[in-house]
Amino acid sequence: MTDVADSPAVPEVDRVVIRFAGDSGDGMQLTGDRFTSASALFGNDLATLPEFPAEIRAPQGTLAGVSAFQVQISSERVSTPGDEPTVLVAMNPAALKADLNRLAGGGTVIVNEDAFEERNLDKAGYVDNPLEDGSLDGYTVIKIPMTKLTKEVCADLDVKPRDAERSKNFFALGLVSWMYTRPTEPTLDWIQQKFKGRDKVIAANTAAFKAGHAYGETAELGSHVVAIAPADLDPGTYTNINGNTALSWGLVAASQQSGLPMFLGSYPITPASDILHELAKHKNFGVRTFQAEDEIAAVCSAIGASYGGNLAVTTTSGPGVALKGEAIGLACILELPLVIVDIQRGGPSTGLPTKTEASDLLMAMYGRHGESPMPVIAAYSPSQCFDAALEAARIALTYMTPVMLLSDGYLANGSEPWKLPDVESLPTIDVTFATEPNATDDDGEPIFLPFLRDENLVRPWAVPGADGLMHRVGGLEKADKTGNVSYDPENHALMTELRQKRIEKIADDIPLTSVTGDADASTVVVGWGSTWGAISGAVRRLGAADTKVAHVHLTHLNPFPSDLGEVLARYDNVLVPELNMGQLVKLLRAEFLVDAKPINKVMGQPFTAAELEREILARMGEV
Amino acid sequence: MANAPVTTKKDWATDQEVRWCPGCGDYSILTAVQLMMPELDVRREDTVFISGIGCAARFPYYMNTFGMHSIHGRSPAFSTGLAMARPDLDVWVIGGDGDMLSIGGNHLIHALRRNVNINILLFNNMIYGLTKGQYSPTSEVGKVTKSSPYGSIDQPFNAVSLALGAEASFVARTHDMDRQHMQETFKRAHAHNGASLVEVYQNCNVFNDGQFDTITKRANRPANLIDLVHGEPIRFGVDNERGVVMDDSGNVVIAEVADVGEDALLVHDEHRPDPGVAFALSRLAAGPHSPTPMGVFRSVDRIEYAAGATSQLAAAQEAKGPGDLHTLLRSNPTWEVG
Repeated sequence: MTDVADSPAVPEVDRVVIRFAGDSGDGMQLTGDRFTSASALFGNDLATLPEFPAEIRAPQGTLAGVSAFQVQISSERVSTPGDEPTVLVAMNPAALKADLNRLAGGGTVIVNEDAFEERNLDKAGYVDNPLEDGSLDGYTVIKIPMTKLTKEVCADLDVKPRDAERSKNFFALGLVSWMYTRPTEPTLDWIQQKFKGRDKVIAANTAAFKAGHAYGETAELGSHVVAIAPADLDPGTYTNINGNTALSWGLVAASQQSGLPMFLGSYPITPASDILHELAKHKNFGVRTFQAEDEIAAVCSAIGASYGGNLAVTTTSGPGVALKGEAIGLACILELPLVIVDIQRGGPSTGLPTKTEASDLLMAMYGRHGESPMPVIAAYSPSQCFDAALEAARIALTYMTPVMLLSDGYLANGSEPWKLPDVESLPTIDVTFATEPNATDDDGEPIFLPFLRDENLVRPWAVPGADGLMHRVGGLEKADKTGNVSYDPENHALMTELRQKRIEKIADDIPLTSVTGDADASTVVVGWGSTWGAISGAVRRLGAADTKVAHVHLTHLNPFPSDLGEVLARYDNVLVPELNMGQLVKLLRAEFLVDAKPINKVMGQPFTAAELEREILARMGEV
Repeated sequence: MANAPVTTKKDWATDQEVRWCPGCGDYSILTAVQLMMPELDVRREDTVFISGIGCAARFPYYMNTFGMHSIHGRSPAFSTGLAMARPDLDVWVIGGDGDMLSIGGNHLIHALRRNVNINILLFNNMIYGLTKGQYSPTSEVGKVTKSSPYGSIDQPFNAVSLALGAEASFVARTHDMDRQHMQETFKRAHAHNGASLVEVYQNCNVFNDGQFDTITKRANRPANLIDLVHGEPIRFGVDNERGVVMDDSGNVVIAEVADVGEDALLVHDEHRPDPGVAFALSRLAAGPHSPTPMGVFRSVDRIEYAAGATSQLAAAQEAKGPGDLHTLLRSNPTWEVG
């Protein structure tokens, strides 16, 4: 097989958005993931959007069972998985029906013709076969009997027909790899590695992939071939990474950079479980993972480990944070470091467990009993989850406080190329345990005061085992300095204020507001979290069309950067796109008396840059 | 942890005023523990008392060790995290029947099945004290309280039965009227490598006074307390005239020794791998008003949880070497740009 990636005869395009769609059992996530990997290794910039149903195996062939993977690959920088796919690979009628409306006008549809038989058409709710009734007129349709061709190439491999059929996604992958001149070696190597020891599976998948590739070459599909040149990325070593992996590695890095063993207390929940899976692998880093009996035990075990001097973490999604609320309140009053990771999803309740949403911000800020302020950090891209995790841990350990780290389903599962940081350049996190008394009593005897604060209002961390530093901590209000139980009204007011001020003071130790786009514009778009990609894309396009828009993207949501109010006051028009009904916008209005306007989306999907471009323009017109 | 400095009860007590109701059974348990600690050859610094919420849960404030008064029902979970992170520590967990068996029932059973090395002292007074007198998950059916004016219709838990059903490797019972028995039992729990559950019958003289009098008043003990002694036939009575036998159906019942003969008595074996007989013994008394077994029901060796976790870490380090961040970041395919 020839690698046509460098063939000069092939026309070049600067980007393509492909959507692989099929039944849950068709292996679409894997297909998309392999295509992404090959593109990343080839040097394209890219961003992905995996979308799958909440059911592990929804009824086969139904709309509910459609699983899709969208990827934008480009020779330029991209920050989103694309506004609309230009190519849709549909492995069955349900996939076509579910996703055709996303396809760009005039786009290409590649279908597995074999799946378009009566039963499947029925299940998808088609009365007539869309491949024959003219409903796809307006699109370029490539019909290929993928099931049949895959079975044929597997016929001599001693593979059962049913097993052979399972390899049809590799046929599709081979075909699309040929169309977009992807190198084939990474995929072939991966098949060898992934299915090591299962020779028939290797043989079938390899044969199907090669057959798909060859089909493109021989079936007069030449007019569809395009190349996408490598992107002009900064020099360095890159890997393709999703948000949950980056976040896990950021936590491992925090453990290394602080010199503290990590303890993760977690209970499986979509879309956070992959962090537990990832960290459970890294025991050689001294990482202890504990799969607790429930969300509450998960956070409580982490607080116990924090009391013992570990870097303590609990990972979950919104419903889990709700369950952990009481214990997080305890961590607030104990003033113990703890990182709470919330991979947000559509809510309330079970909501849309596999779809993205960013509607837990107000819960992160205020979703506890009593006055219990807590720093909140939000990651903004899959790879940036690494830095966000490191920063959340830094703040927790430096300021003896629980910290909420927000990510979401889109960041968690979406991937992008990541320029690997130089490990030597990562910040160290200084942690000093108390080792001796820090005060004297009335008789001049040395004593230890567990709530005697330093200039940052931070109390000492004295862990069990420390000579002579026995002390008790607890949920009851504690007397200033001694930590003994106190019901004194003045003391409660003082301690409440100290806990608040301690968090507010962290603003002195975080970056000032960074403004991108056109800083001199009269409109600023303020975002947080995963909307970064779409906002950046929209602001870039508006700028290219001479519409001046500034962009502020907040990673620190509590406390805010100390100059944020001042920065926002410079703009006539403050727009706040969010994947919720308007949460940051409330905070900004309350905090800075600024007339910020919301742009909201709650469809379980990220914003596209095109959507935001339209919305921003429309709001600017209203001013 | 051998060779700890010599201490006395005073060293283990804090300067905090003890705030239980006068006459509460918790005082005698606290005294028993404070008197016992100097005998354990452990440092105060390496000792942690963790509690949830309730009257019993104030206990850590009175122990001059490390301690945490946490939230309602969750003390086994906090303790599990601490014991995993710091296997070098001695972790004691204190809670009442509401804390441990109602709101915290889930954490208790999971801590027991995992066999994490913590010593759980469950103060069972069969009532809610701190919320002023509602029925608890161990209150008897028919109990009239503020929240059950027509009598409780809840089937109570038997704490020992529950613990045995939850795969506990060490289960014992003692009571607040016998300091020596408490101390012996607590020492056994401490010596056990794994999760130990000790149910302590404890009088609440305000909301449930005299609940255990039938069995724990000095005059009533010979007739109604059955001492479980490993390797010995189970016998009791004012004149040691009664005993425990297993009948033909496999039930454990009380019999007159004169009727069945000494050889028929059940010989207590704490180490039986199967918890069945221990469970049967835990069902001997329906409540604290008929002959009730006291002492260690079950004590078996099983891998301790934190040790299991630590050995996995050691094995991973042995196999892969200590973690290297640079290598981790490059563990998926990478490529170079320019």
